[in-house]
Amino acid sequence: MELVRSINCRDAVALIGDYLEGKLARRDRRRLEKHLSGCDACGAYLEQIRATIALAGRVGPDDLSDDALGALMDVFDNFQRDRDADESS
Amino acid sequence: MDDEELLRRFLTGDREAFRTLVQRYQPALLQIARYYVNSTSTAEDVTQDTWMAVLKGAERFEGRASFKTWLFRIVANRARSTGTREKRQVPTDPTDPVAGSRFNTEGMWKEPPVSFADVLAESESNSAVAAAIHAAIAELPETQRSVVTLRDVEGLSTGEVASLLELSEANTRVVLHRARAHIREVVERVAKGGREWN
Repeated sequence: MELVRSINCRDAVALIGDYLEGKLARRDRRRLEKHLSGCDACGAYLEQIRATIALAGRVGPDDLSDDALGALMDVFDNFQRDRDADESS
Repeated sequence: MDDEELLRRFLTGDREAFRTLVQRYQPALLQIARYYVNSTSTAEDVTQDTWMAVLKGAERFEGRASFKTWLFRIVANRARSTGTREKRQVPTDPTDPVAGSRFNTEGMWKEPPVSFADVLAESESNSAVAAAIHAAIAELPETQRSVVTLRDVEGLSTGEVASLLELSEANTRVVLHRARAHIREVVERVAKGGREWN
């Protein structure tokens, strides 16, 4: 059986970003998973990051101001007006 | 209603369909533009030009990529060619930004992370959670804000984000992790506040 060198919590936390992106080298992934299997605190940290990702997706972008929306609706109205003018000429 | 259906509708002059797409994507477009240009007003001009290009080019949209991908490429290309900003410095240090002070000399947690389960469960009904996350994203440096907006808020792949922002995938992951760690800290403050933020 292959020996997996132990890592501490600070090292584990440093690996979690690439772990979530599926980009950890196999050896590092084994080290991290071994650590996570015995460390509730790092497991909680991993869940925090997963929850953070879910929250960012769930809350979505900030609302647009009325002015910003109005300026872009003007783009639409101007385009329509020019198109209608072209069609009627 | 999905993007492609909204596109079909505004091609026939449906103003509300266009408004829905603007509300859905303008914040991300502004973020991409802001990444490449040196002022918010220039970024706003770039996004206006982008929507005009969408209106003029929508009939030629072939649906090979999603509407979102097509739209984000248009704004990135336009912002890049406007090119008023010097190349950004991107952190390449993979060291986790969680402050070293959270660990003892043996590298163990001094105080274990708290659960976000309650915050997650209440996020849809509680506007304070959304406000805290928007504020956390707003205070990030530009590159981190761009990466996390496109990856986690808009749901693009890391490869797509890297391509839009002209970063390597490895750098994108480093930047992404730093941004997530910052937002995590803010959410942790909300979580520790317990029900006070209700």
